[in-house]
Amino acid sequence: MKYAGLLVLPAGFFLSIAAVVLFTAPGPRAAFVLCGLAVEGLGLVVAVRGHMEARGEDN
Amino acid sequence: MNPVLAPIAPASAVPGISEAAFALCLVLLLLAPLAIAGVALINTGLGRSRSAAQALLGNLAIVAVAAIVFAIIGATFTGLADGASHTFNLAGKPWNWLGAGPWLLGGLSSRGAQSQLALLFEFLAVVLAALVPWGSGADRLRLTAGCAVAAVLAAIVFPLVAHWVWAGGWLAHLGVNFSLGSGFLDPGGAACIQVLGGLSALAVVWIAGPRKGKFPKEGFSTALPGHNAVYILFGCLLALVGWLAFNVAGAVVWLHAPLSALVGTALGTLLAASGALASTFTVTRIRFGKPDASLCANGWLAGLVASNGCAALVTPVQALFIGVIAGIATPLLVEVLELAVSIDDPSGAISVHATGGLLGLVGAGIFSARDGQLVAQLVGIATLFGVILPLVYLSFWVLNRLVPFRVDPDGERIGMDLHELGGGAYPEFVIHRDESYR
Repeated sequence: MKYAGLLVLPAGFFLSIAAVVLFTAPGPRAAFVLCGLAVEGLGLVVAVRGHMEARGEDN
Repeated sequence: MNPVLAPIAPASAVPGISEAAFALCLVLLLLAPLAIAGVALINTGLGRSRSAAQALLGNLAIVAVAAIVFAIIGATFTGLADGASHTFNLAGKPWNWLGAGPWLLGGLSSRGAQSQLALLFEFLAVVLAALVPWGSGADRLRLTAGCAVAAVLAAIVFPLVAHWVWAGGWLAHLGVNFSLGSGFLDPGGAACIQVLGGLSALAVVWIAGPRKGKFPKEGFSTALPGHNAVYILFGCLLALVGWLAFNVAGAVVWLHAPLSALVGTALGTLLAASGALASTFTVTRIRFGKPDASLCANGWLAGLVASNGCAALVTPVQALFIGVIAGIATPLLVEVLELAVSIDDPSGAISVHATGGLLGLVGAGIFSARDGQLVAQLVGIATLFGVILPLVYLSFWVLNRLVPFRVDPDGERIGMDLHELGGGAYPEFVIHRDESYR
């Protein structure tokens, strides 16, 4: 699960880059960059959850 | 806001620097190692007494390894702002992604004064960034593993980030290519040093695991407080001098700020740290009934870290506000990471360096008067989390297969000093204990 979360992080990055490249209007560009960051946040949460589960198994 | 900022032109030559500015900047950069000394003391003080000598020796070894590896490999890939680089075209825009500087610091004496200062800044930056994960791995990270982590950071990861941000890379050119303010701005190293160091610390903690006995099967996590509050707090005072040097020198080197703008940068640094300490003091007083010394130190450091991103770009009062936010967030995040997320980070590096750096970068964007500056800062942050964190984790995961990070259980039981060095930092402790048994 940790690896799945870490794989989601680049997806958020590419979303942010796509927003910068594809949109010229400030509003949609900012909104999609924020969406990219939100995806990265999701990936980080999944990775952290994976870390917690792994700790439980270790114990 | 600092009025001198202008979008960096892709092919522009690095502007010249006056002799006075060069001399000032050189003196400041010679003071910047005090930040390294401060972080080293804090790392040592927050660890346990039976690992103190190994911790401080590790700090020294990491400084040496990071400097050597950066000289041999990293400086080449970091490149120069006005030098050769690797670029590809996408959507009609050039994306400068990797430097192509001379090998082994070739042609150093023939470079311009500005480029030489930039190189010295980068050397000090990579050393400081490499120290951050060492504190998080305290009491279980082997000395060789700490050096290997420093080598990977200095050879691969730091050069990428530093090139993108400082040496004319694609993040620096977001303003020119996509009309996003002045491009991603990081004058003091909030991204290149602090967030990179904080994310590396997260990867190290994930891979090495918690200290033995930190998280028992049942009940709350065990408190393993630092062994020397004097080291920690004195380290904070030393760090202030180093951080002032980093921020003011960074304003000259990376923003080409005039001398008249530098006092504001120094005041912003001091106020950010002061605001952070005041708010952490208040938060811990409310939470625990008394102010907590090590958390207050973490708050002070978080304020300094936040100032890396914003002190040269915002007014001193705005820096104070950002520092206050960093000081509130840090103790709360330290608690969340330990109690809710089971992350054992003895030095609090993830909360202090990653979060403080992020707050500084975002604050610089929020208080900027330039259109698109906040979006440029957010794109930089998305890059740090979306590219650099997975890259760091992958690199360290492979490295852990080659050089195991974690000491064996016996070493953890007797302490890193005896296990790795054969002697403790405080031998009189043992004598005293032996006498007490008589």
